[in-house]
Amino acid sequence: MFELSPTDWMAIEVTLKLALYTTLILLVIATPIAWWLANGRAPGGVRTAVQALVALPLVLPPTVLGFYLLVLLGPAGPVGATLENLGLHHLAFTFEGILIASVIYSLPFAVQPLQQAFANLGRRPTEIAGSLGAGRMDRFFTVILPMSRGGFIVAATLAFAHTLGEFGVILMLGGAIPGETQVLSILIYDHAEAMDFASAHRLSLGLLIFAFAVLFIVYAINRRFDTVRL
Amino acid sequence: MTETLRIKARLERAGFTLDVDTAFPLDGVTALFGRSGCGKTTLLRIIAGLEHPPGAELHFGDTAWQSGKTFVPLHRRRVGLVFQESTLLPHLSVRGNLLYGYKRTPEPLRRLHLDEVADLLGITELLGRRADQLSGGQRQRVALGRALLTSPDQLLLDEPLNALDTQTKREIMPFLARLSDKTGIPTLLVTHAPEEVERLAHRVAFMHDGQLERLEPLRDALARADSPLFRDEGAVSVLQGELGPADAHGLHPFGPPEARYRVPSTPGAANGAGRPARLRIDARDVSIALSPPQDVSILNIIPVTIESLDEAPGHHGPARVLAVCRQDDGQTLMAELTQLSTERLGLRPGIRVHALVKSIALLD
Repeated sequence: MFELSPTDWMAIEVTLKLALYTTLILLVIATPIAWWLANGRAPGGVRTAVQALVALPLVLPPTVLGFYLLVLLGPAGPVGATLENLGLHHLAFTFEGILIASVIYSLPFAVQPLQQAFANLGRRPTEIAGSLGAGRMDRFFTVILPMSRGGFIVAATLAFAHTLGEFGVILMLGGAIPGETQVLSILIYDHAEAMDFASAHRLSLGLLIFAFAVLFIVYAINRRFDTVRL
Repeated sequence: MTETLRIKARLERAGFTLDVDTAFPLDGVTALFGRSGCGKTTLLRIIAGLEHPPGAELHFGDTAWQSGKTFVPLHRRRVGLVFQESTLLPHLSVRGNLLYGYKRTPEPLRRLHLDEVADLLGITELLGRRADQLSGGQRQRVALGRALLTSPDQLLLDEPLNALDTQTKREIMPFLARLSDKTGIPTLLVTHAPEEVERLAHRVAFMHDGQLERLEPLRDALARADSPLFRDEGAVSVLQGELGPADAHGLHPFGPPEARYRVPSTPGAANGAGRPARLRIDARDVSIALSPPQDVSILNIIPVTIESLDEAPGHHGPARVLAVCRQDDGQTLMAELTQLSTERLGLRPGIRVHALVKSIALLD
């Protein structure tokens, strides 16, 4: 009953790869954004605008985001057309395309816990480290990172878990190409459409248990650091 | 001529303007004294490089820290910073905290090393502990040690004792008092506590409303009745001198023969003989007699000349008189008297009298 088809396995692989890459990219991108939002000295208006922009994916229907990305990255869009002119392929219906979409879509889930952690940290520890001779990168790796690890763990988990649950954006931008853009949530939808409830159930239950297990482990770890809670 | 830290800066914030143009000598302890909100912490942050006001000029000796387009960032200025609240890095041990800056100090510049600094601050036993297992006083001593271990060119202390209770303050004061003498590192101490200035500083910069009103030696700041140091708690005298060995009665001679005090040793303080010390004498504990009385219990009777008689500061009741007196060794001793006694004794500037000193605090 728990036999998975090659298509199922391919979808699992694409999904995990997408979630892993998204998380790694987000940690790199979200950290400076979150630091700037928490401690930056930009005028209040600029900061508020960036904050709102980062939070947009929380409220927009995924189809809206997917639609604009399709326009932007597709063969006729500014980004897609430029790539075509350079002799490359446009990004609609590709893994790279849904990776970009997924990074944007999960951005608030990585930025917000980090911003919270950095706000709790304040400027003082970095000021002290600076006075002790540590340069910017040195300060990040020896002070900010260890003192905000709870925030980083939560940010990574939420980004990862949220990517697992992506559906609308990928449906708009990626279609359902097996091995390329067909992720688990899409495949489950396809199984159900084809009235193959048994297959849909196998994958759904597996995803449910996996998601719960990941969240459980992370929150258990995070309790030990008692820093950031969501 | 000693080198100076020259600063010329203007910084505007909502409802507040800092405007300073001054030079601090690079030796000993300079106190930045003033009420909260007067800009003393902001001034310290500009010196550290934590604030970057456009157009400011900041020179440490011959080195430009900020001038025109030049801006030396904090981690290149070689300043030791200590703030009022605990700033130990919680994920490191005490040793890890102490060595954080030491490891980042180029080897030829390292003048102070772990063993001597730990010894100087009495924290050798704490090295293996975690930062969050320390008391408030221990944490501040480790923070000081951590700053010292970068062998800084300048120490910047921002109210380092403010968050501590009175008992702990007393425990740390002696360590602070020793720092600048033992290490020779020029120190700027931000504080609003007259006691810390009297005990630790060699000179005082008085700040008010974003302006630096006056920079003068501690001795001068304590020799005038209108000193801001006396505004809240009344006038005091701080005498500097040498403490001799205890006599048969357990009393230490202090000061030269023409102004000789006898001081009981204080428990807890280091009582080594022949070392420099400071006496703190509250003006309210000093009485004046026209001739030396033979039949009083007071031990310390010092001949002085009255220099001036002013209205005593720090009072809201009936006016009292502050007699500023000159000892024969040149130091100033203040006595606070009632208007009635002043008139009855016919006190006036220039006459010789005897100061009866009832109680003395030995500062380290």
